[in-house]
Amino acid sequence: MEKQLFKEHWITDYMGTEAGKVPVVKTTLQLKDQLGSWKARWGINRMGYAVEPGLYAVGSPDSQTPVFVSANYKMSFDALRRSLKNISAWILVLDTKGINVWCAAGKGTFGTDEIVNRIEKTNLSKVVSHRTIIVPQLGAPGVSAHKVKEQSGYRVVYGPVRASDILQFMDNNLKTTVEMREVKFSFFDRLVLTPIEIMSWGRRMFWSKRALIIIAMLFLVAGLDRRGFLIDKALRLGLQGIVMYSAAFLCGAIFTPLLLPWLPGRAFSIKGAFLGFLVALGIGWYRWNAAASFGIKINILAWLFLVSAISSFIAVTFVGASTYTSISGVFKEMTRAVPLQIVMIIVGILLLITGQFV
Amino acid sequence: MANLTYLKNVVTLELSGDKCIGCGMCVTVCPHSVFVINDRKARILNHNACMECGACAQNCPSDAISVRSGLCGCASIFIRERKHGRIMRYFFKAWGYPV
Repeated sequence: MEKQLFKEHWITDYMGTEAGKVPVVKTTLQLKDQLGSWKARWGINRMGYAVEPGLYAVGSPDSQTPVFVSANYKMSFDALRRSLKNISAWILVLDTKGINVWCAAGKGTFGTDEIVNRIEKTNLSKVVSHRTIIVPQLGAPGVSAHKVKEQSGYRVVYGPVRASDILQFMDNNLKTTVEMREVKFSFFDRLVLTPIEIMSWGRRMFWSKRALIIIAMLFLVAGLDRRGFLIDKALRLGLQGIVMYSAAFLCGAIFTPLLLPWLPGRAFSIKGAFLGFLVALGIGWYRWNAAASFGIKINILAWLFLVSAISSFIAVTFVGASTYTSISGVFKEMTRAVPLQIVMIIVGILLLITGQFV
Repeated sequence: MANLTYLKNVVTLELSGDKCIGCGMCVTVCPHSVFVINDRKARILNHNACMECGACAQNCPSDAISVRSGLCGCASIFIRERKHGRIMRYFFKAWGYPV
């Protein structure tokens, strides 16, 4: 196990403690770490991006040094160690199955039991003489501070939401300010989430068996005509269909998340539908002026329904990535929005087929 | 940018003033500043900002807080856990969600 750990490029040394050898970790991220984060953001090896649970050292800690608790998702661990520059600390990494702090806390894997268990397994009490652990505040949904105290004797102090506030938190006598406690959802926060949206929705809509069937159907329907099946019509109208279909993807998976605060409504489905409608209207306007046979007009109308509905559904699935939606709200929104989206898609498909024959 | 708020009047968060001992743990763990301590008791300041993460209820030593908390409000929870009609099930399946 130790040999394998030493292979990790972010371990510089081992230090001897009463509880055995503890790896000492770097506090600067290397290109390899940045690359790993970037890959995880794009969904590459995201589920296997983990570090070994256990105790780690930063600087040259002793029995009085504070203990920071983290998840064993590599990106969580990296965020913590890079925030501990020029100080000494212990890091207690829990086994959260490679999931980040907040999501693991929601699942309960970052929780009271695992903290108590990891304190025992690592023999933390032989390493430090104090009985305080600093737990990231976003771990609180899984942790009961008073139960950890009861079961392990350790007092839980909740640290800031963002690891980058840790030094300030320590200067403030281990107290968080309102600013440190509040979760934001800034443009940048949303921007780093778009790669995973692009990958998962890209796969669903363009690169899977299901997607290929949908795309083939678009071309097939586009070729239908009163005079039979017309190949040139299939290609021309099919390509226009792909443009609209792609527009729905871009609206729902990328632009609704990015423009979230500026889109009307509170419900994600309304935000997504609004943007989809707007974009379909814009492209439709152009197509209307360009061609405008009666059949095309109906086709434009059909895509107005389809793009709005698809964008709306993609947008509603983004609630899980957001930082402020409640499960009660999600249930309420989805029980209302999804049936409407289904009706819109059915109407859209019927119009699409009708437009081929008039 | 002002903090984003989700749907209003849906949150299940409840606080029992009788049980509250005013320790302030709920204020400490809440990521959306829902609570304040007033006259040695916790009060809900902004009910609609609550995202039902459950941190407050988990960390309340006197069990004064109840909230139905669910895994960050994921859409897939709704898709997985609710009983849906046949059309809804087909719709979710078509998008590649396990139903």
